[in-house]
Amino acid sequence: MITETTEGHRSAFMREVMAETPGGEQLVHCLQCGSCGGSCPNGADMEFTPRAIFSMIAANRRHEVLASNTMWCCVSCYLCTTRCPQEIPITEIMYMLKRTSIAEGMATGTDAPALARTFTDLVEKHGRSFEFGLASRYYFFNKPMSLFKMGGMGFSMFTRGRIQLLPNKIRQVDQLQAIINKAKEIGGAS
Amino acid sequence: MKYAYYPGCSLESGSAAYDLSVRAVAEVLNIELEEIDDWNCCGATEYFTQDELVATSVIARNLALIRPDLRDVVAPCAACFLNLKKTDALMQDDPAMNAKINSALGAGGLHYDAGRVRVCHLLELLHTEVGEATLKEKMVQPLTGLRVAPYYGCQVVRPLGGLDNPEYPMKMDEMFKWLGADVVDYPVKAHCCGGHMTQISEDAAFELIRRLLQSAVDSKADLLLCMCPMCQLNLDAYQGRVNNFFNKDFQVPIIFFTQLLGVALGIDMQKLGFGKEIVGAEPIIQSRLAEQAAKANA
Repeated sequence: MITETTEGHRSAFMREVMAETPGGEQLVHCLQCGSCGGSCPNGADMEFTPRAIFSMIAANRRHEVLASNTMWCCVSCYLCTTRCPQEIPITEIMYMLKRTSIAEGMATGTDAPALARTFTDLVEKHGRSFEFGLASRYYFFNKPMSLFKMGGMGFSMFTRGRIQLLPNKIRQVDQLQAIINKAKEIGGAS
Repeated sequence: MKYAYYPGCSLESGSAAYDLSVRAVAEVLNIELEEIDDWNCCGATEYFTQDELVATSVIARNLALIRPDLRDVVAPCAACFLNLKKTDALMQDDPAMNAKINSALGAGGLHYDAGRVRVCHLLELLHTEVGEATLKEKMVQPLTGLRVAPYYGCQVVRPLGGLDNPEYPMKMDEMFKWLGADVVDYPVKAHCCGGHMTQISEDAAFELIRRLLQSAVDSKADLLLCMCPMCQLNLDAYQGRVNNFFNKDFQVPIIFFTQLLGVALGIDMQKLGFGKEIVGAEPIIQSRLAEQAAKANA
C-alpha cells in the first residue's frame, strides 16, 4: 500500500487543512480521479476543480487556493462527498477553505461572505433568521440594482402571505448570545 | 407517536405551507408534534462558512432544549435536518468538539448528551414509521391520474442524512404510489436546486433551476413535490425570472409533498397552505381528481 506519504512529506497547508476539517485526515488518500469536479453542479464555474485544489494543497499553494473562487461555487449539496471513492469529506473541506479565506481577508471576488454575515448578524440579534430583513439588507448594500429585478417576485410572495415584514424573536436571546460569545472565545483561544 | 418538532425559520414565513401541511397531516395520522420551546435558527450553511464552533453550538442549543422525555426530533427543512444530524454526529465522534460545544452551551446554562436524541426526517417518519398500511387505511382521496415528479433535493438524501439512496432515492416515489398517484420517473430527483446561489450568482443558479423544470416538463409531470423550503423557493418563486432569462414558458406547480399527502388524507386544501405557491397547483389537482371521479361514475 503506497497510498499515504509520511508526515514529513506533507505540505504545511495540507496539514493545516487536515487538522481543521472534521474527517480531514482522509485527504491524504486523494487519487486525483476527478469524480468530485465531474459531479459538481457548479464545477464549470470553478477556477480550479476540487481535484485540482487538492493537488494545489499538496503543493502548498496556499495563497492561490484561498484566493480562488472554487469554494465559493460550492452550495453544500454533498454530491462530491457521496461519490468520492476515498471518502474525503470534500464539502467540509470547502467550508474550511471558506472560513480561512474570510478570516484572512482573501474572499474578495464573491458576495457569499456578505450574505453569510448579514444572515448571522440577524440571527444573533433575533435568534431566528429574518428573510425580508436579510434580502433587503443584503441586496441594498451589495446588489442595489437587483432590487428592481427582485421587486415583482417580492410582490408575488407578499400577496401570498409569504413575506413577514417584522422579525420573529426568541425569548431567551440573551442565552443564545452568551452561547455564541463563549463559542467565539473558545474558538479564538484554540 | 410523540416527537419533538423543530419547524425552522423558513416554515414560519416563506414556507408556511410546509408547516401548515405538516401539522395538518400529523393530526390526521395521530402523530403528536411538540414544538421545541424557544428554538433558534439553525444557521443554514451560513455559520459553517464563518466559524465551525459557533455553527455547531448554535445548533446544539436546539438539541439541548428538547424535553428529556422526548427521544426523537423531526425537522421538515433539509438544512435544519442536516444541521441537527451533523452536529449530533460530530459530538458523538469527536470528544474534543463535544467538550467545546458543551462548554459554550454551559454559558447559557444548557447541556446536551451527544446521541440522546434521534434526528429523524419527516419522510422517514411518514414512509417508514407510519408506513404503507396506515397511509392506505387513512386515505380518503386516491390521487389516481395525477402525474407527480418527486424531487428530493440534495442535503436530505446524501450520506450524512442516511435516509435513502443518496443518488436515486425512492421513498417519496413509493409513498405516492401507495396513494394512487402516477409517479413519473424524474432522473434529476436528487440534483441540486442551486441553494443560496440565487442570491449570489444568478446565472449559475438559473441554469440548475432550468434543468430541474425542463426535466419535469420532459417527464410530463403535472406538478413537482418538494421536501425543502429552499428548493421550493428556488423552483417556484424564481420560475418567472428563469423564464425571462432563458426565454421559456415553464408553468410547473411546485408544492411540498405533505400538501399533496394532505389531499389524499381528505384535508381541506386551504388548511394545507394551497394558494401560497406562485404557480398555482390547485387547478391541475382539481381537474385530475374530477376526471377520475367522472371515469368512476361512467
